Amino acid sequence: MSRSRSDRAEKLLELADDELVLGWRNSEWTGIAPYLEEDVAFSSIAQNEIGHARALYELAAAELGTTADELALGREPEEYRCAPLVELRQLEWARTIARHFLYETADAVRIEALKESSDPEIAGLAAKVDREEVYHRIHADMWLDRLQASAEGLRRLREAVSELWPYALGVLDEELRPEWVERIRGRLRFDLPEGRPVTRAEHTDDLRELWEEMTMVRRSAPGANW
Amino acid sequence: MVWEVFRQERKGQAFQHAGSFEAPDQTFAETYAREFYGRRQESVALWIVPREHIETIGDFVDELGRNYHRVDGYSLKTKLKEAREQVAQRSG
Repeated sequence: MSRSRSDRAEKLLELADDELVLGWRNSEWTGIAPYLEEDVAFSSIAQNEIGHARALYELAAAELGTTADELALGREPEEYRCAPLVELRQLEWARTIARHFLYETADAVRIEALKESSDPEIAGLAAKVDREEVYHRIHADMWLDRLQASAEGLRRLREAVSELWPYALGVLDEELRPEWVERIRGRLRFDLPEGRPVTRAEHTDDLRELWEEMTMVRRSAPGANW
Repeated sequence: MVWEVFRQERKGQAFQHAGSFEAPDQTFAETYAREFYGRRQESVALWIVPREHIETIGDFVDELGRNYHRVDGYSLKTKLKEAREQVAQRSG
């Protein structure tokens, strides 16, 4: 793959990789979420994220002269541009909700900026994606409120947020991050943790493991036409 | 808390009972209703009602067997058949 990708393609890949990997992680709750209704709802959010990833990969693929599948599943783990926040495997509900809330809030800030893009394709796709993301944010917000409404929920959420904080800081760049921090501060009933951002250049071991699983079928038959 | 869902398939049509689900409060219920009964564009509107707010009436007394109150108490088919036979006899 070309090393001299445009900023546009680079940004699209960051976004697409975030959505693909988080969609994958969220889908790990399918069948084992806390109760049936949530199982269906959270699986559906996971599916939406992967749908957004596809649309973003398609836009990047048109520019890079490749395909969405090739970008999504044909790269090496170190080539992925996702934020380490979405890579973490965490089958614990308070952590999942904490990440969901931290990520969706960041995504909202990012999409708002993209909707103002001078590139009509990007602005158009951002507006489309945003119409679905509204419901992800409602879902994240309602769970955040629910956790913060009980002493145990609040304690577990607080632990989760302080653990995830450095990773969450790495989702947005320095330009958009302050706005995100203010929105988070406005929603949490406790003080924000301290920390330095874990950047997109620092992948976790969890990504390598996920990549093995995610690309397994495709790698089993190289060049196959699915 | 159990919620009952009624969905409207097209504008102007009657709402029909679609099913039920559990949700702890109204915000959760709205989110789940949208996911389960709306995301495939299968409804244009939903009503969601906590089951405990639905009043069930199930006692219908008919001690004297007044079947003329019921739509099945009077067979139009039989009456028609009789009338046709009478006409046939007269003209035959």
